[in-house]
Amino acid sequence: MIRAAIALLLTLCALPALAQDSMPPAPFAYNQLDDPRLEAEATALMHTLRCLKCQSQSIADSDAPMAGDMRHQVRSRILAGESPDEIRRWLIARYGDYVSYEPEVSATTWPLFAGPLLLLLVVAGVLLRRLGKRRNDGGEAA
Amino acid sequence: MIAEIGLAALWLAAALAVLQMVSGAFALRAAEGEVNPLAIYARPAAVVQAVLAVLAFIMLLWAFAITDLSIKLVASNSHSMKPMLFKLTGTWGNHEGSMLLWVGVLALSGGLLAGFEKRLPARTMGATLAVQGFVALGFYAFLLLSSNPFERLPVPAAEGTGLNPLLQDIGLAIHPPTLYAGYVGLSVAFSLAMGALLTNQVNPSFARVLRPWVLGAWVLLTFGITAGSYWAYYELGWGGWWFWDPVENASLMPWLAATALMHSVSVLAARDALRTWTIMLGVLAFSMSMLGTFLVRSGVLTSVHAFAVDPERGAFILGLLLLYIGGAFTIFALRAGAVSEGKRFAVTSREGALVFNNVMLSAILAIVLLGTLYPLLTEAFDVRVSVGPPYFNPAGAIFAVPMFLVMAVGPLLRWKEDKPKRLQFELMLIAALVIGTIALVSFFGQFPLLPLLGLGLAAALAVAAFLPLKGRKLSRVPVATWGMVLAHFGVAVSLFGMACEGAFSQERLAAVAPGGTEQVGDFSFTLESVTPVAGPNWTAIEARLAISKDGGEPVILAPQARNFWSPPMATSESALLTRWDGQLYAVVGNQAEDGRWQIRVWWKPFVTFIWYGGLLIALGGILAIAGRVKVDVKRRVASAKGAERRADIEALGAAAPVPAE
Amino acid sequence: MRSRLFLWVPLALFAFFAGVAGYMLTQEKDEFVESAMIGQPLPDFALAPAYGGLPGTSKADFTGGKPRLLNIWASWCLPCIAEAPQLEALKAQGVEIVGIAIRDRPEAVAGFLARHGNPYARIGSDPISEVQLAVGSSGVPETFVIDAQGVIRYQHIGDIRPEHVPVLLAELEKAR
Repeated sequence: MIRAAIALLLTLCALPALAQDSMPPAPFAYNQLDDPRLEAEATALMHTLRCLKCQSQSIADSDAPMAGDMRHQVRSRILAGESPDEIRRWLIARYGDYVSYEPEVSATTWPLFAGPLLLLLVVAGVLLRRLGKRRNDGGEAA
Repeated sequence: MIAEIGLAALWLAAALAVLQMVSGAFALRAAEGEVNPLAIYARPAAVVQAVLAVLAFIMLLWAFAITDLSIKLVASNSHSMKPMLFKLTGTWGNHEGSMLLWVGVLALSGGLLAGFEKRLPARTMGATLAVQGFVALGFYAFLLLSSNPFERLPVPAAEGTGLNPLLQDIGLAIHPPTLYAGYVGLSVAFSLAMGALLTNQVNPSFARVLRPWVLGAWVLLTFGITAGSYWAYYELGWGGWWFWDPVENASLMPWLAATALMHSVSVLAARDALRTWTIMLGVLAFSMSMLGTFLVRSGVLTSVHAFAVDPERGAFILGLLLLYIGGAFTIFALRAGAVSEGKRFAVTSREGALVFNNVMLSAILAIVLLGTLYPLLTEAFDVRVSVGPPYFNPAGAIFAVPMFLVMAVGPLLRWKEDKPKRLQFELMLIAALVIGTIALVSFFGQFPLLPLLGLGLAAALAVAAFLPLKGRKLSRVPVATWGMVLAHFGVAVSLFGMACEGAFSQERLAAVAPGGTEQVGDFSFTLESVTPVAGPNWTAIEARLAISKDGGEPVILAPQARNFWSPPMATSESALLTRWDGQLYAVVGNQAEDGRWQIRVWWKPFVTFIWYGGLLIALGGILAIAGRVKVDVKRRVASAKGAERRADIEALGAAAPVPAE
Repeated sequence: MRSRLFLWVPLALFAFFAGVAGYMLTQEKDEFVESAMIGQPLPDFALAPAYGGLPGTSKADFTGGKPRLLNIWASWCLPCIAEAPQLEALKAQGVEIVGIAIRDRPEAVAGFLARHGNPYARIGSDPISEVQLAVGSSGVPETFVIDAQGVIRYQHIGDIRPEHVPVLLAELEKAR
């Protein structure tokens, strides 16, 4: 059902069959950049940007027209010499953190990074307690 | 009539769940060694309940098969023109039907537990069945009070509205039922854990009873996730196989918990250690499957407004979650202190390695949980964030990399205590494989760090998986050990597939005129023609792509862009060329104004290994179950023979004195 | 002897989750992505006319004099039909409405305006959603209040219903 849910969700993106424009996609929506290095940069970036119309997909995985237009923005800006970071910041300035799947450390996202760090400490603590003590005890017992 | 029989069966089953719960609870009031007269109803109640719940599900299946449009659920989810297979699979392609399937499997496994499990002490069994009945009762109430699948329409519909075309796929026939069965298997593990905790019976014999349920649930979850991943891969049309979507994470979290539980149960069974930890994981694993159900059906997370975006249902499931999980954690906090710690062991021992990896798995689980729920938390403060692959991949890898390394070594260690010196050769071999592979691959080009690490670890794990067999007579290796070897090897295979997909995939997006040729990797593809085709409930345009590798004999691939008419929706049907060393993935898109067609083609080397690995892991689990059951049966036969002999001797002994009197 | 308190941690974490989840269930779920551009000046843009009847638009059209509405719409969008009368009502109140037609064709724009009325002073054509992305809009229709200095003051997401008209008028007044 998990997957089914995603599928239903995709329907929500694909559904506006009634309200769909007939315009051709933007030039770089479905076309790659000629330079493989730039294209690789663009692809990596696109996989980390959220399609705003479909809520749970990256723009690299969506047929929604707006995702196509966003891909065009990414590729044409990369081609114009902007760095992926600049493009990400440009989008975040317009849509907030929501548009980026790559959370950056900020006032709202620090627990995401503190979490794993805290976890590392707890894990180390648990391991030392469970294993370290055992060695001594085990040694005595043996 | 069909709907009424189904509904009546459900109500009866609910009543029996009450009986099972109450009667099971009475077992707790019996003195040691005695049977409370009121406790004898729990087992039969569970068995009959299983029959009734399965009957209810069969009734719904039947209603879907004959497209009974007087039933609301059928009318809103099916269509008389649908192929029979998809009529049937449509039964669980919706909220109510899938909950009924869930409840059916729950009752069935409760019935199997009650019918066949004879090893547990009566008090523990009673408590287990009481908990199982309590859990089942909640879900019956959920079905009957807020999601009745058998609701009639006042006037039968003239025609059904159909099923989402993406769900009209063989993937839907396999994937959800296996996942559900897995979730539900974890509910049995939960009941057993609670039963053992309540009666203070957390010991190796309890672990041996628990193990097949955990293994079974884990095999089903593994299989379900593998099938789901492959289905999303070929059905969604962009070649992705895992998206870290909340709904996917909802299925991954129980799997992670079950994996940890399975290993800790083994330690408990073999060495009587990790008692509290095993109980904790038993509760956690079921919590995760309940949490998944909540996330998918309540609509609280942005991406999962798929099923019932119905706050009332969400509140109901949250209530059940509070009752079961809150209750279980409370009992855990109150009672777990009374469970003694169990046997001790050294750091460098099999147990040590298993504990380490248990903790690592739990840490990965915590990361997935945090990343999945974090957007929900910030939304409570009106801040919206997205957490995706760039977070999950590195954060997960921090714990996964050491876990894989320990996984390579762990099975080689002896129980209780071992000297690393003994394994010098193996350790050197594993280190050499990791470093050697990474160095070799880096020599050929620049690749991202994570896939590179993945390749190195996969190579080491693949070899290390078979090292436990070294120096042993293969014909005498227990079946369960083969299961472990196979499952660990499967992890290596899967990891290899993921790393290759991540590092070496090639993509070609192009607008191609009929007759035009493009190149992706070593393959060239020519668009031969684009023609309209029609299916039972869809029309499509089909592209014929002639694919040839290095100018060799061409193979035809025919991806389609389909338009379904009930409900109206467009999907892309990808076409796959599977070779031993990877898959070519082709999709046809729209036609541009100049008459060219959008074609997307990927060459994904060894991508299939991801799912082969998943299947190997599941197969390993099946072997482990088979091995354990074989040993158990042998033991039972032996002890039955022993008992018979004792009885004979006693009979002789008792008979002998008679004449002497 | 280890602390028994440790055993209560899972329950505490679960209770925290249940609290948040319970709270979220009571909250109205909105699927709108708000623009982060409120309070920022409009980005530079220049769009060609969307059809023959009205001029195109650029950033310069939003500076000087009075606040204006920037209406992002499309002829293929159904809610845009629903909000047409409200745009007419706003125009009747003397509001200057500049339209941006997303992914649209001249003949379709002309047809839409003929059927549902034309409240616009200018309409620019944005065939690749360039300006839509630049102002942080994530769908059609959306309406922005732009003050006389060309700064974005307010965003209305979705179609304008009759009850939204006074709200927009008040926002326009505030931006004066």
